[in-house]
Amino acid sequence: MDYLPNIIFAIALILGLGFFAKNVKKLKRNIMLGHDVDVSDNKSQRWKNMAMIALGQSKMVRRPIAGFLHVIVYVGFVIINIEVLEIIIDGLLGTHRVFSSIGPLYGILIGAFEILALLVFVSVVLFWIRRNVIKLQRFWKSEMTSWPKNDANFILYFEMVLMTLFLVMNATDTNFQDLNSGNIVSQFIAPWFDGFSETVLHTIERAAWWIHILGILVFLNYLYYSKHLHILLAFPNTYYGRLKPKGALNNLEAVTAEVKMMMDPNIDPFAAPEEGVEDDVPAKFGASDVQDLNWVQLLSAYTCTECGRCTSECPANQTGKKLSPRKIMMDTRDRLEEVGKNIDANNGEFKEDGKQLLDTYITREELWACTSCNACVEACPVSIDPLSIIIDMRRYLVMEQSAAPVELNNMMTNIENNGAPWPYNQMDRLNWKNE
Amino acid sequence: MSELLKVPTMAEYMAQGKQPEVLFWVGCAGSFDDRAKKITKAFVKLLNKANVEFAVLGTEESCTGDPAKRSGNEFLFQMQAVTNIEVMNAYEIKKIVTACPHCFNTIKNEYPELGGNYEVMHHTQFLKTLLDDGRLTIEGGKYKGKRITFHDPCYLGRANNVYEAPRELIQKLEAELVEMKNCKRNGLCCGAGGAQMFKEPEKGDKDVNIERTEQALEVKPDIIAAGCPFCNTMMTDGVKVKEQEGDVQVMDVAELIANAQDL
Ligand code: SF4
Ligand code: SF4
Repeated sequence: MDYLPNIIFAIALILGLGFFAKNVKKLKRNIMLGHDVDVSDNKSQRWKNMAMIALGQSKMVRRPIAGFLHVIVYVGFVIINIEVLEIIIDGLLGTHRVFSSIGPLYGILIGAFEILALLVFVSVVLFWIRRNVIKLQRFWKSEMTSWPKNDANFILYFEMVLMTLFLVMNATDTNFQDLNSGNIVSQFIAPWFDGFSETVLHTIERAAWWIHILGILVFLNYLYYSKHLHILLAFPNTYYGRLKPKGALNNLEAVTAEVKMMMDPNIDPFAAPEEGVEDDVPAKFGASDVQDLNWVQLLSAYTCTECGRCTSECPANQTGKKLSPRKIMMDTRDRLEEVGKNIDANNGEFKEDGKQLLDTYITREELWACTSCNACVEACPVSIDPLSIIIDMRRYLVMEQSAAPVELNNMMTNIENNGAPWPYNQMDRLNWKNE
Repeated sequence: MSELLKVPTMAEYMAQGKQPEVLFWVGCAGSFDDRAKKITKAFVKLLNKANVEFAVLGTEESCTGDPAKRSGNEFLFQMQAVTNIEVMNAYEIKKIVTACPHCFNTIKNEYPELGGNYEVMHHTQFLKTLLDDGRLTIEGGKYKGKRITFHDPCYLGRANNVYEAPRELIQKLEAELVEMKNCKRNGLCCGAGGAQMFKEPEKGDKDVNIERTEQALEVKPDIIAAGCPFCNTMMTDGVKVKEQEGDVQVMDVAELIANAQDL
């Protein structure tokens, strides 16, 4: 039964990856519930943004402490994956430290991993302290209760445990310690196990090895349920993120078509549409539920890290109003998950559930508090645009429900009648000249 | 004094078979709001001084539609946009300058897709080019050594990345430019954008303009400079609430330059 561990390992690997693939499929299906949007332009600029913002963390470091710690955890995470590759090969083939055959370079490599593991551990502990001891304000807003709060801490505990296991695994690997190359950190841990018999040490080493790799597989599958999904989605999200100046809101094409028709004296607005001409007026203007948003907005909802940088910059939030751009993104994700589950439970069809993003999740008060200042968009380290969702929902309120606050209705009536938001006559527009 | 203002309209230029160098888009605030009208006039004085051949649309101008769009009324916005674009295209307008960042943003970024393609400048950018070309000179005059802080309008700053032009103008006044805690891309909104100007704010601990005014007052300025008629109103109100109107003035950058030369 020498092969038993290899077989168990292979099964664990297949289960872990298979479950992950299943969730990725579901993720994609949910994101695709959104409207299509053309983001095929400016490929080179998009690649550049992804390289700078996601890979290069350019926006993370605008807050130096969080940025620096994050870069360590991120670099550590990426590089330690080489080690994971070795573990997988060892696990499948029954080898031990298969990469050690590359000679002295192996020591340098593992040494680097050990230092990174230690740095990651320290960073994660500091992150935990910031959240739970110093209680940074942005982690204690009203939307950061129960799951969002626990999720963040779970991730930190997970990383602490994974890093510890990695170092313990190295420390208890007597052959590796005997080589005395690459054990930069673990040599200081090894003495903790002095006096343990060879067998016990070996058992500990194996246990750490197994828990480490199984932990990684569990962590991989935890991503889908967690804000930690950003480690994957930050890449597509920064690629598809907005390129236009922040002030530019999109012009609804369906409205353009209607306006053109209304303004064109040669078109009879009451004529029946021509045979075969598709009616491209959407069922709905603006957004009241997640299906009315576009897929980039939905992708963003899954990408949101709940870091709250947007909310801490938001003038409405800073002055105590209900609006929090982070909550807009969290609500969108929660609702999308709910819609996805509904579809799964009803054989692929969405069954009306009497809920929607508007009112059930996001209140009108929140929507009307936004000054469209773009501070949230500027602050987001992963190119999320919460403002676009707010505007789409306002569009629904105004164009479908005529539910704007009274003063705004007055303003709009004035524009319609006088060409100005105030009740002054357009013919008086040049009066200032002679006053 | 005001009889000295030369404000030709596009229609007048057209009648003479001429094209002005630039269209001055006055905007609704600049046309109707009492405080903003002063900014409009100050800017016109500078244009006159620099001998810029400009024109306004006058009664042919209409709201760009910005507040309608931001409050969600895309229909009304596009109706306004299409009407304005028809007028401007009929006059074959190429270049536009405006003292309102909302008009600036809308015409620059949202009109092109609807058929309106123009070169659009904020008045601080335009004044800067006049200065660079030697058509206008700025002297410190009465603002020499004064502490001036600049409030970045969201629709000029973050929305369009214009941060330097207004600052360079202020520095030309030989004033001491002091920055607030939140400035440039981290600037704090005055609270008027997104159609908030036209409604009561939602319930909260305080109004946004008060928070922003407090930030401005923290740096102990003599003058809070603005580059937007709406920011101007919000900050002026804030200064009044803080009972500082005796010590701190809120002025548009164009007014500062015009005043410095006693125009
Ligand atoms: S755009 Fe709206 S949500 Fe975003 S920071 Fe400004 S006020 Fe807040
Ligand atoms: S939208 Fe961006 S800035 Fe806001 S919480 Fe999510 S990731 Fe952070």
